[in-house]
Amino acid sequence: MNMVEVVDVVKTYNKGSLTAVDQVNFSVKKGELFGLIGPDGAGKTTIFRILTTLLLPNQGSASVAGLDVVKDYKQIRKMVGYMPGKFSLYQDLTVEENLNFFASVFNTSIAENYDLIKDIYVQIEPFKDRRAGKLSGGMKQKLALCCALIHKPEILFLDEPTTGVDVVSRKEFWDMLGRLKDQGITILVSTPYMDEATLCERIALIQNGKIMSVETPDEIIKQYPDPLFAIKASNMGKLLIDLRNNPYIKTCNAFGEFHHITFNNLSDSSMEILVKSLENQNHKEIEINPITPNIEDCFINLMN
Amino acid sequence: MSKEVVIKTDKLTKKFGDFIATNSISFEVYKGEIFGFLGANGAGKTTAMKMLCGLSRPSSGEAMIAGFDIYKQTEEIKKSIGYMSQKFSLYEDLTVKENIDFFGGIYGLRSEDLKAKRAELIKTLGLENEVNQLVSSLPLGWKQKLAFSVAVIHDPKIVFLDEPTGGVDPVTRRQFWDLIYDASSRGITIFVTTHYMDEAEYCNRISMMVDGEIKALDSPFNLKKQYGADTMDEVFYELARGATRKGD
Repeated sequence: MNMVEVVDVVKTYNKGSLTAVDQVNFSVKKGELFGLIGPDGAGKTTIFRILTTLLLPNQGSASVAGLDVVKDYKQIRKMVGYMPGKFSLYQDLTVEENLNFFASVFNTSIAENYDLIKDIYVQIEPFKDRRAGKLSGGMKQKLALCCALIHKPEILFLDEPTTGVDVVSRKEFWDMLGRLKDQGITILVSTPYMDEATLCERIALIQNGKIMSVETPDEIIKQYPDPLFAIKASNMGKLLIDLRNNPYIKTCNAFGEFHHITFNNLSDSSMEILVKSLENQNHKEIEINPITPNIEDCFINLMN
Repeated sequence: MSKEVVIKTDKLTKKFGDFIATNSISFEVYKGEIFGFLGANGAGKTTAMKMLCGLSRPSSGEAMIAGFDIYKQTEEIKKSIGYMSQKFSLYEDLTVKENIDFFGGIYGLRSEDLKAKRAELIKTLGLENEVNQLVSSLPLGWKQKLAFSVAVIHDPKIVFLDEPTGGVDPVTRRQFWDLIYDASSRGITIFVTTHYMDEAEYCNRISMMVDGEIKALDSPFNLKKQYGADTMDEVFYELARGATRKGD
C-alpha cells in the first residue's frame, strides 16, 4: 500500500504568476524512507504543506494513508507528524512543557508513547527545564522531532531537518531516522544536501517545481549517461578553465579535491590524449581516474 | 601568493560571563588567500567572526584586520571589509539598482565611482534586463551572485562570507565559487564558512574550531594526510566528534 500518493499536483502563488509545484507525481510506500532532494525554491516545502493539509493544491490530487488531503484533512492531521523547516515550537515554553503540550493536543501523554521518543529524548532530558528558545540548533532539532513523534504518527514529514546543522549532528540525525523506520514509521524527508540522498531508500530529485527523477539512489546513479572521470593537477583553478575550453571535454564540474569530467566521443586513448594536451598547457602532477558518479553529479546532469 | 598578512590574531578571546565562546585563537591569513573557517555548531565561529569584523569587542588578546587594531580602529576595519551571509545579504523589496546604490553608498563610494561600478557589475552579471526589478523576483542563484558582487563593490581587502551557499543548487553553488576564485585572483582575501565539505577543498587553508579553540589549521591536503583521511568530511568528523559543546 502507498502511504503517500501525489497525482499531477500543481500549486501556484501570487495569482498564478509563480508556479511553485508543477505537475508533480510520486508515491511513498508504507514503511519507506523517502527523500525529496533539491535546492531552496525547488518546491519541497510546498509539497510538504499540501500533504500535511496546510495548503490546497490548485490542480491534481494527493492522499495520505488513502485519505484525500482536501476532503479528509481532519483525519490526516491526527495521523501525521510534521517537523517544519522553520523551528515552530513555543520558544517561551520549556522542553518538557512543549512536549506535554503537543502530547495533550493529540489526547495522549509523554508516558504513553515514551518508547518511541526515548532514544532521542534522553539526549535533551538534562535540559528539560530550559526554554525551547534557549536551546542550541541541534537540541531544537531533537525536541522538534520528539514533538512530531509524541502522538505515534503513521507517517513523519520532515522538512529540511538537517539544514545548517554540522556534519556530526547530521549523521546522528540520520541514525535516528533509521531507527524510526525500523519501528515501521513511514518517513518523507527533504534535504538540500545531495550526500544525504544515499541514506534514503528512494528519492525524488526536484528542481524549479518539477520532479526530474524518482528512483532508488543506486538506480539514479546507474542511469548517469556517460563514463565519469575525476581529475586533478597542481593548479586546480586553471585546470577548471582549461578543461572547460578543451575540445575533448563534454562536461566539467568542480568537486572538492577533484574536477569531474566527461568526454566527447570517449575512446581507449581519450585519457592519454587529454593528459598530453593538458601537459602542453603546463599542467603538472596530473592525475585522472574513472569514478562512479554521486547523486550530485546526477543532479547536475539532470539540471542541464 | 605573496605572504602579506591581512588578518593576524593573537590569543583572541571572548567570554560571556563564565562561558568562553572563543578561547585564545591565534592565526594569520594572507592577502588573496581563500581561508575556510570551519567548525561544528556552537564551536564559536560566529563570535570569532563578529570580533574580526569589528562588531564585538574581545575580552582579551590582540588582532589586526587589514592593518587596523581590533580594539581602537573598528570603524576603519568596517570600511576595509565586505560581508555577506545566506541569512542577510540584499533588500528583497528594493530593485537591483537600488540595492547596488544603497550598499555602494554605505561603503562610501563617491557617486561617479558608484555609477561606473554599477554599470560594470550589471554587465558582468548579465542583469541588464533586470536592473529595475525587485530583488525578490530574482532566482536564488542570481541573488547570491548579486549579493557577493555588492559585498565587494568597494574593493575591500577582505570579504567575510558566512555560509554563502547554504541551500543553493549544485550548479549555482559552483558558479558562486567561480566568483570567489575571481575575487581572490584580484587580491581580495576570502574568509568563508561552509557546511559543504567539498567547498572546504576549494580553500587554500582551513581552520577547524572545536569548543572555542582552533584544533587544526592547514591546507586540505595536509589535513587529510595528518588525519589519515580520504576526504575532508572524515577530517571534520574526526575533529568535531570530540566536541562537548552543542551550541548554535
